[in-house]
Amino acid sequence: MTVDLEMAEIAKVFFQESREGLDVMESGLLSLGATADSENINTIFRAAHSIKGGSATFGFAEVAGFTHGVETLLDEMRNGVRPVTAEAIQTLLQACDCLREMITATEAEQPLDQVRIASLNGDIKHILGEATEAPAPVSAPAPAEANRAADIGGASEPSGWRVRFEPVADLLRLRNEPTRMFAELRRLGPMVAHADASRLPPLDALDPESCYLSWNIDITGQIPRGKLDEIFDWVDSGCRLEFTPNGGSAPAAPGAKASAPPQAAAIDAWSAETKAVSPTEAKTAAPADADRGAPAGAPMQKASGDSGSIRVATEKVDNIINLVGELLITQSMLSSFADGIDPNDLDRLRQGLSQLARNTRELQESVMQIRMLPISFAFNRFPRIVHDLSRKLAKKVELKLSGEGTELDKTVLEKISDPLVHLVRNALDHGLEIPERRVAAGKHETGTLELAAFHEGGNIIIEVRDDGAGLNKAKILQKARERALVAPDQELTDEQIDNLIFMPGFSTAEQISDVSGRGVGMDVVRRNINDLGGHVQISSREGLGSTIRIRLPLTLAILDGQLVRVGKEIYVISLLAIVETIQVARERVNTLVGRTEVFRLRDEYLPVVKLCDQFGIEPDSRSAEDGLLVVLEADGKRVGVLVDDLLAQQQVVIKSLESNFKSVAGIAGATILGDGTVALIIDAPGLISSAAKQGVGAVAARAA
Amino acid sequence: MSKKILTVDDSASMRQMVLFTLQGAGYEVVQACDGVEALEWARQSAVDLVLTDVHMPRMDGITLVRELRGLLNYKFVPMLILTTESSQEKKMDGKRAGATGWIVKPFNPPQLLATVARVL
Repeated sequence: MTVDLEMAEIAKVFFQESREGLDVMESGLLSLGATADSENINTIFRAAHSIKGGSATFGFAEVAGFTHGVETLLDEMRNGVRPVTAEAIQTLLQACDCLREMITATEAEQPLDQVRIASLNGDIKHILGEATEAPAPVSAPAPAEANRAADIGGASEPSGWRVRFEPVADLLRLRNEPTRMFAELRRLGPMVAHADASRLPPLDALDPESCYLSWNIDITGQIPRGKLDEIFDWVDSGCRLEFTPNGGSAPAAPGAKASAPPQAAAIDAWSAETKAVSPTEAKTAAPADADRGAPAGAPMQKASGDSGSIRVATEKVDNIINLVGELLITQSMLSSFADGIDPNDLDRLRQGLSQLARNTRELQESVMQIRMLPISFAFNRFPRIVHDLSRKLAKKVELKLSGEGTELDKTVLEKISDPLVHLVRNALDHGLEIPERRVAAGKHETGTLELAAFHEGGNIIIEVRDDGAGLNKAKILQKARERALVAPDQELTDEQIDNLIFMPGFSTAEQISDVSGRGVGMDVVRRNINDLGGHVQISSREGLGSTIRIRLPLTLAILDGQLVRVGKEIYVISLLAIVETIQVARERVNTLVGRTEVFRLRDEYLPVVKLCDQFGIEPDSRSAEDGLLVVLEADGKRVGVLVDDLLAQQQVVIKSLESNFKSVAGIAGATILGDGTVALIIDAPGLISSAAKQGVGAVAARAA
Repeated sequence: MSKKILTVDDSASMRQMVLFTLQGAGYEVVQACDGVEALEWARQSAVDLVLTDVHMPRMDGITLVRELRGLLNYKFVPMLILTTESSQEKKMDGKRAGATGWIVKPFNPPQLLATVARVL
């Protein structure tokens, strides 16, 4: 039972290992298209080989059987017997997908998709040039030694054998001891061995490491030939072996192996039991329940796709431990001061405190680092997506990734992944042209799609660039006017027109393909990015291409904020949401429909949001021109928020209001300032959209 | 004194299975994940048996066997390659490189122990 449990534990390692192996195979296959590099093919082959071996060992016969076909194909490719065609690569990629599913299903003890497996098996066999077999379950690796075990002719087994064994001189060098073979023979039945020293040279010519002896062995008993073959299995090629059944005539050909199916002979401990191995067969084993040392290699942690755990580089953790140590030292130094301060110590106290502040800041940064992961986790999906999609759309695309090592918070990473996929699919579907049109436009037939990530001013910037056809500004403007998203006489800059595509329900695609174009994509993308506290904008040049620029905060737990004062209350507004702050001039403020005021900022009218009214506080002054207007933007809409005063800009730690109190409209969270006061963090997008709902004014057409 | 076995395989799950099985039977086990690592270790230390997979990065099992046979300490050490049933070729390659014999994959713990007991 212990053995079973242990095997099941080790099988978990196998599952993780196989997933990693499949990733290796996939990325290898994707780059195989470009260059049939032998090192690459070998790497792919080895990955498949490992999966096959492991799955068979741990008893997953169907996985093993399926992988066998994949491995065979890869083997032929690496031996140069089979050409590396696009069709073959595509089939292998699909086989990888299928294997992933099989591994997941096997791990979860769910049934496998037999239809898919059979279909892909058919594809593989087709490529291998074999006829498709009947739809039987995939075959486990064929039994080995059992194949060779057979009696030669005769209905009855011989009553004994004479074996002539003439080993090669090298036998001993390979550590194949004749004595071992004799011992095994003896176990089959009484035997006598006569040594033949005729080839023994004189002493001075004798090489002690060579074997010069031969033997004639007589063994009696009803012994199937297969058992004899078994014993000499490792040495029969090269050595001269003759088996003569007693009562039989001519000696059998040396090392002849009948290919007849195995007899129903009892299989002794030596013969390899090669039907699909399962962990339960281990019950027949007699290993001692001896203490074993800790198995090599800790169980794998899951990759970051599962939010329950994170893989962390050890040095990051060590760094934290180190910093905490420093912190404790500083802190205990300060405590011992507390035991009797005199004014002269004040300076040293200040120094200690500033050191404490430094340690804490560094510690905090290190801890934040733990949650940071490189964006390659998100980027890694794209070679496959681009490969498949470009095939489907019959477009030629080269994908370039840069800045894959740029790190960002794990949650931000997880949430930006799907929007990125949408943007990439969009670029491929609508941005990049088919090869003929590209050539006609004087471009190279292969389009370029670039994904780049880099840090800039405390944020992470992700750019999706394509050198396709760019946005058709005229069409977009027309559509926007049709949908009354833009007033007929309203004039927009090029940039404003481009960013209209982020409006809900917007799509200029002639046909809505199943790839994209239903018009529900881009606005959801922008909303998701805004929810993360980020920005997205597009800029495009017709005929030349488009660039989508996403700006995201590095972390969701800390905010770069602008402190503002309204009356006695202090609020924090995210710097990312602030466009500018202005002093209000009376003549620019108009009152509409009674209460609501709008402010004319250059060429647009901004609704004025009075926080005093929103939150019910007593301000210094209710009149707009006495205060400052902070212009906020989210989701393409803008408002001006009226505050009494601007205070400092600083980083604040976001504390959840919802988990400590309850959710409040217009408030994203709270923080504790240096002097201990609680400051509420304004939810800019929320405030803006609720102001819009209150009918406070026209929607701004420009997104930044 | 228990016998020492050097096992070489690039698959972590296989290494664990072999380790568990051999240790459970009282053998001392040393592991390497490819031929290069194994060879480097072997230059410094001796074992009573070498078990190696064939397909590994950096240095495959057959090359490893050949290299090990060149070391004085390993001239007469039994060496077994782990090979699949269909590679008759690999078995012969192994022999030519100096392997004592082979274990056919897939194998289960009892088969492994039985074959190891043959040569130790």
